Amino acid sequence: MIFNYIGNYSLIISVIISLIIIFLSISSLQKINIQIKINLNKLIFFQFFFVLVSFFSLIILFILSEFANITVFNNSHTTKPLFYKISGTWGNHEGSLLLWLLILTFFIFLYFLNSKSRSIKERLLTLIFQEVIIIGFLIFLLKTSNPFNQVFPIPEQGLGLNPILQDPILAIHPPVLYLGYVSTSIIFSSSLGALIQGNVNSLWAKHIKKWILISWIFLTIGILLGSIWAYYELGWGGFWFWDPVENISLMPWLSLTALLHCILVLEKRSLLSSWTIVLSISTFTLSVCGTFLVRSGILNSVHTFANDPERGLFILIFLFILVFLSLVIYFLYEEKLKSNNNNFNLFSKESSILINNWFVMYFLSVILIGTIYPIFLEVLSSQKISVGPPFFNKLIIPFLIPFLIFMSIGPNLDWIKNKNFRKKIQLIIFFILNLILSFTIIKIFGKITLTSTILLAASFYLFFVTFKDLIKKSFKNNSQVISHFGFSLLILSIIMNSILSKEIVTNLKVGEQINFLENTISFKKIESSSESNFKSLVGYFEIDSKNNKKFLFKPEIRIYNQPKVITSEADIKTNFFKDRFLVINLVKGGNYFNVRYQEKPLMIWIWLSTILIAIGGSINFLKRYEK
Amino acid sequence: MKNKYFLIIIGSFFFFCFIVFFKGLKNPSIYIPELQKEKSFPEFKAKDFYSDKKISSVDIFNDNNFYLINIWSSWCIPCRLEHNYLIKLKKQNLIKLVGINYKDNFENAKKFLDELENPYSKIIKDKNGTISIELGAYGVPETFIIDKRKKIIKKITGPINEKIYNEILLIIK
Repeated sequence: MIFNYIGNYSLIISVIISLIIIFLSISSLQKINIQIKINLNKLIFFQFFFVLVSFFSLIILFILSEFANITVFNNSHTTKPLFYKISGTWGNHEGSLLLWLLILTFFIFLYFLNSKSRSIKERLLTLIFQEVIIIGFLIFLLKTSNPFNQVFPIPEQGLGLNPILQDPILAIHPPVLYLGYVSTSIIFSSSLGALIQGNVNSLWAKHIKKWILISWIFLTIGILLGSIWAYYELGWGGFWFWDPVENISLMPWLSLTALLHCILVLEKRSLLSSWTIVLSISTFTLSVCGTFLVRSGILNSVHTFANDPERGLFILIFLFILVFLSLVIYFLYEEKLKSNNNNFNLFSKESSILINNWFVMYFLSVILIGTIYPIFLEVLSSQKISVGPPFFNKLIIPFLIPFLIFMSIGPNLDWIKNKNFRKKIQLIIFFILNLILSFTIIKIFGKITLTSTILLAASFYLFFVTFKDLIKKSFKNNSQVISHFGFSLLILSIIMNSILSKEIVTNLKVGEQINFLENTISFKKIESSSESNFKSLVGYFEIDSKNNKKFLFKPEIRIYNQPKVITSEADIKTNFFKDRFLVINLVKGGNYFNVRYQEKPLMIWIWLSTILIAIGGSINFLKRYEK
Repeated sequence: MKNKYFLIIIGSFFFFCFIVFFKGLKNPSIYIPELQKEKSFPEFKAKDFYSDKKISSVDIFNDNNFYLINIWSSWCIPCRLEHNYLIKLKKQNLIKLVGINYKDNFENAKKFLDELENPYSKIIKDKNGTISIELGAYGVPETFIIDKRKKIIKKITGPINEKIYNEILLIIK
């Protein structure tokens, strides 16, 4: 019980510390000769410390199952395993916001320790912006979603954590994703600070690139974890559904990827400074916008925690204050951005990066429009629609082709500068070879369409070009090459996977069998058992493939008792070439089960290639850190 | 000068977005698909809360009447909150209330009803929660409204509040 008070008051102390920090920073900004304030360092640490105390109090409340706390009551249950009691702390709206704040205060502390090379004024400005964000979220937490609210009389039992969230991957998915989201706030604050000081130059680029890399790596891994979870747990046999929340996590990632490339140009050539600032601002704004869309309940999705208009209104106002604040600062200080370096070569790395930036911006706006268009439509004409995969596929795929081709030739642009005709012709012939290759593959396995052939050819092209780079210059610029190779592998696996996947959906009962693509699927038996927090039904299936290999599948249906939810655990057999995926569902009335069997080629390469992309980023980060 | 116009245009664009989102927040975002609304109410057999006798759902819903099926439990805090609305509904005499007592202890449940008044014309026991699953419920409290044709016309997850109460009144009147 005492932890309720400790947690609550720690949060209030943090608000006070925030106010003191802002006051002190503004007052020292006005002095001409500024001494480095040691007490500021300590204050920032104490703020982090108090949020940490409050976070641990909440964890302890969850471990002890103190149902007097509303958050614990709503999201926990005594029969839940300890691991999920702890992960339940951030598996709900209130707790996850507290985690968000914890990371926010931790990162500003880290930033302040690691930015001694920058001018003190810029650091103070960054600190002020960051504290404004922290205060915003602290007040949001305390006013609309305090995790330490109490109930009386004290309930005997909690309502339980949603079983589809009881999964080890999902326990670490939010923290990782948050690390990514929150570090974009440092980029935002620092870019505004540098803008006001007129410091947006290659030195600043070098300094902020560490933070860009950190958030990019964490966002990449966070999105990957979410999509692995969707594949294994939701039992629909897909890994990306263009669900609003998935889109929302992808948008900051796209903007950040553009920023990551553009910061290179700023670092090496002192170009694109104002574009860099716009991207820094938009990345963070998109992160907060995501929070708004998810938490306000304005969109319907798996991730919607609660529909509380008051919360939505608060974030909405906060979001637009941030937008207007950064817009005004941008336009006031934009003149300081004018760089004297104007020799922009059309056939150079920087222009190819810029072109690819435009493509990324295009993808970003398609996703943004697809996600918020239903809201606009409903408000303006009160029609209800939902935008699904066909919209995104239609608008993204045609533009993916030139994007991939630019991506393959961009990093090697000195070829074109050489005006070496033989090399150009070689490149063209190479592309034609890839066209033939992909045409053959599609002809053997599926239906031929023009777009899918060219798309496959373009991705093969990128794959071979980056693969050649990987072998050739793996010691020179390995992080870029690894990431690009990973990306080509990702696109290639996604395309092959979507073209070549096969599935069958049917109803079977014990003892029956069915033929599918030279496989025989037979339903052997069903067994039921009881676990501590769910009842389980396990089906035994045997699949004989054409080369006389036998696979035993054990898909499971779980009937959780707290709260009452039925989930399907797919059984997936993975090898390097394809995944075999089998999931069963209950059919009401009768002994029949709904059986869905899929063969999905190259599934594991989608995960591996994303990991490769993140590894590339990490190598770059470590290299920078060593320097 | 150019910058100024630019700022005004972008500023008003964002302001427009703000207005749209603000209005969007006011709209209810949860809606049940049309198909689900017309689902017939499944048949089941269960034990009576007081007499422990087995009864079938056909016998319970035999009148030509609107029915409200409310899943509740004595340990459920939100159930306490919605209880007043259930009593108010009962007093309207337009709809019959059927309670499903979800995973509860008989003594506690009885105390709950004695304390807060019993709004239900019939209560059945759902000791292990299977009936609620059959109905497609997510948890407690949850409420279904079925019309005279025995079709589910409304499903309310979570406690009944003033707004939902008024909606129910509109439906049954």
